[in-house]
Amino acid sequence: MFSRLREGLRGFVERISKVELTEKNLEPILWDLQLHLIGSDVAVSVAEKLCEDLGRRLRGASLGRFEDRRAFVRGVLKEVIEEILTPRERIDLLELAREKRRSGEPLTVVFIGINGTGKTTTIAKVARLLLDHGYSVVLACSDTYRAGAMEQLEEHARRLGVRMIRHQYGADPAAVGFDAVKYATARGVEAVLIDTAGRMQTDRNLMEELSKIRRVVDPDLTILIVDALTGNDAVEQAEMFDRVVGFDAIILTKVDADEKGGVSLSVAYTTGKPIIYVGTGQEYGDLEPFDPRWFVERILSGT
Amino acid sequence: MVLEKLGSSLYEALRKVIRAPAVDRELVKNLIRDFQRALLQADVNVKLVLELSERIEKRALEEKLPPGVSRREHLIKVVYEELTRLVGERPVPPRIDPSRRNVWMLVGIQGSGKTTTAAKLARYLQKRGFKPALICADTFRPGAYAQLRQLAESINVPFYGEEGSKDPIGIAKRGLERFKNVDVVIIDTSGRHKEEKSLMEEMKRLSEAINPDEIILVLDGTIGQQAAAQAEAFNRATKIGSIFIAKLDGSARGGGALSSVAATGAPIKFIGTGEGPEDIEPFDPPRFVGSLLGMGDIEGLVRKVREAEIQATEKDVKAFLSGRFTLMDMYQQLESVRKMGSLRKILSMLPGLGYSLPKEEFEVAEKKIDRWRAIIQSMTVEERMNPKILNASRIRRIARGSGTEEAEVRELIKQFNTMKKMFKSLRGRRRLFGKLPFKVRGLRG
Ligand SMILES: Nc1nc2c(ncn2[C@@H]2O[C@H](COP(=O)(O)OP(=O)(O)OP(=O)(O)O)[C@@H](O)[C@H]2O)c(=O)[nH]1
Ligand SMILES: Nc1nc2c(ncn2[C@@H]2O[C@H](COP(=O)(O)OP(=O)(O)OP(=O)(O)O)[C@@H](O)[C@H]2O)c(=O)[nH]1
Ligand SMILES: [Mg+2]
Ligand SMILES: [Mg+2]
Repeated sequence: MFSRLREGLRGFVERISKVELTEKNLEPILWDLQLHLIGSDVAVSVAEKLCEDLGRRLRGASLGRFEDRRAFVRGVLKEVIEEILTPRERIDLLELAREKRRSGEPLTVVFIGINGTGKTTTIAKVARLLLDHGYSVVLACSDTYRAGAMEQLEEHARRLGVRMIRHQYGADPAAVGFDAVKYATARGVEAVLIDTAGRMQTDRNLMEELSKIRRVVDPDLTILIVDALTGNDAVEQAEMFDRVVGFDAIILTKVDADEKGGVSLSVAYTTGKPIIYVGTGQEYGDLEPFDPRWFVERILSGT
Repeated sequence: MVLEKLGSSLYEALRKVIRAPAVDRELVKNLIRDFQRALLQADVNVKLVLELSERIEKRALEEKLPPGVSRREHLIKVVYEELTRLVGERPVPPRIDPSRRNVWMLVGIQGSGKTTTAAKLARYLQKRGFKPALICADTFRPGAYAQLRQLAESINVPFYGEEGSKDPIGIAKRGLERFKNVDVVIIDTSGRHKEEKSLMEEMKRLSEAINPDEIILVLDGTIGQQAAAQAEAFNRATKIGSIFIAKLDGSARGGGALSSVAATGAPIKFIGTGEGPEDIEPFDPPRFVGSLLGMGDIEGLVRKVREAEIQATEKDVKAFLSGRFTLMDMYQQLESVRKMGSLRKILSMLPGLGYSLPKEEFEVAEKKIDRWRAIIQSMTVEERMNPKILNASRIRRIARGSGTEEAEVRELIKQFNTMKKMFKSLRGRRRLFGKLPFKVRGLRG
């Protein structure tokens, strides 16, 4: 995971530690770094901003011995990346679940995102996580559109041993969510996880449908699911879902297929929202907490 | 939006190139950088972009300009050619041997769109008179069987699958046994990626067992820099025959998919443009390249503009030159300009025209064209044929009728007279009329 990003950064620190930090020296090295970031799936606009920022902080800094310079460059790099990844607000799913348990109300979470990113699978993984921490869970199939969507979530519910609330195909997705919350409140179920149909962020009507679900359910948490293999479109997705629907946190899926890791920077930079978990496979256990500090250490290790 | 920004930065770079007295290496380099950015933003593989730009730079600096072709046109052409060299120039139709049963197998990364695409392809074939059938050999994903079965039912295509089975090879074999008398059997498989070695191995075994005529790699249109490496891994495990890019109805430009063409040598045959079975289109290389560059339908635009030029020059110019230029002709000119769409788009394709006009002025010009059309529409036939009779009271009537100002009607008449004079003075100098359909500077009033 993320090895490519790491190599790029290592090369950058290596090269830049050896030259005077003049405009002329910096430019080609920053350009190469930019290409490397883009090659690691950092969106072009984000890679540009990042390099601009780095350049500004490095330019003209006069430094002494090689080792000092290296430490300095690494420090600046770390600062810049950490700034991107540090969310405006910290979110902890399990902590929230604890709070809700105390208040006696169910925790409600809506999962949104474009088609095929892994919403349904991630819901099953989050359900597993909550079950493992002793919470009772009900799933709601607000994807009343895609062929096989109900059968898919139902099979997960069966495997997890939880209930799933469903209506007919074609039914109002918001009504399903509403029913599920009602069900949970009446039976004292502690968490409601609501699955929605995938949709392109460019489809106004379908985006409005999500807003409606959010209005009706008023969830504690809305989570955007982003495929870690996404390129520049990740920025577009994050921006539009944020602006039109609104969400609180991000989960990146399929990072097991991806050794680049740049998408995390793209979405974090674009929205300032925290990435709370990453999906690392197709099994229920394949969900790992995402810690920005861990991530930064990892991609800067060896520099 | 992003596209806008991108478009105008390319445009800025191109402008510099055109204004420069000589082809400056530095200028071309800058321009190449802007193309690079466009391609990278469209998710084209970084290595591929660097290779491409090297070739483009070389050609841009070394090739001679054909007569009558501007620097800008030439550069666009070079970029366009280099890209179409990769994705092909013309659509590649699906290969179907009508004398026997054909077998297609869909493979790809998790969630890329395989199952949906299976139904789209079946529907596409069905509409063209072929008999398709669908087999679900995805034994892994929960609900995969139900998904394809429901899709098959919705389009009335025979379906085979075994719910709960864990044996994709067995299912595929029994399905093929069942569907002996169809034209194309489409087999849907589980999602997998290059790091899942055992799943890649499973795919290989399945493909060896059923020996499909064509293996179609379904790629998500939003995929980024991973596309090439993933496609390469699929191609190594099982020879990829063609590529299907799904989800191009969003904002992604599909450059990842382009890179996988380079990585596999397989052509893109179709794209997916929505979730429904009807949302499939044969792949159109020029259009795709245009959108990669953020320049819309390059070829179409060039063609349109050329047609418009011919229209204006061949038939009308002779008449204009002999002094028979009336307000009716002017109206037709305005009409044809508006029909082609945004003035800016059209003029930016015409050599030597339009570069100096910022976006706002185009909008002003477009509005003006619309108002002038309205003015001419409010005239009587007699007035149009013989504008000399337009006196103050007629002008007042026309202004009221068209919802414009009298001053505007006067301006139009003045412009018309200038044009008429110009046509007369240009008699014999036909070449200049390549610049029709309309005279922009005149429109600035
Ligand atoms: N390798 C891997 N596969 C994943 C991961 N998360 C999800 N998947 C797979 O991705 C595919 C799509 O997942 P779904 O959960 O159906 O995606 P979705 O977003 O609900 O899809 P729609 O509802 O159709 O929009 C499935 O085959 C999942 O098994 C992950 O972290 N790693
Ligand atoms: N907007 C849009 N959505 C698409 C397109 N093609 C497929 N989808 C959607 O993408 C999601 C995933 O599609 P599937 O057909 O289930 O993908 P798959 O590759 O079979 O997934 P796995 O079997 O889990 O690997 C679904 O929500 C589809 O409706 C497309 O061209 N446009
Ligand atoms: Mg789903
Ligand atoms: Mg499938």
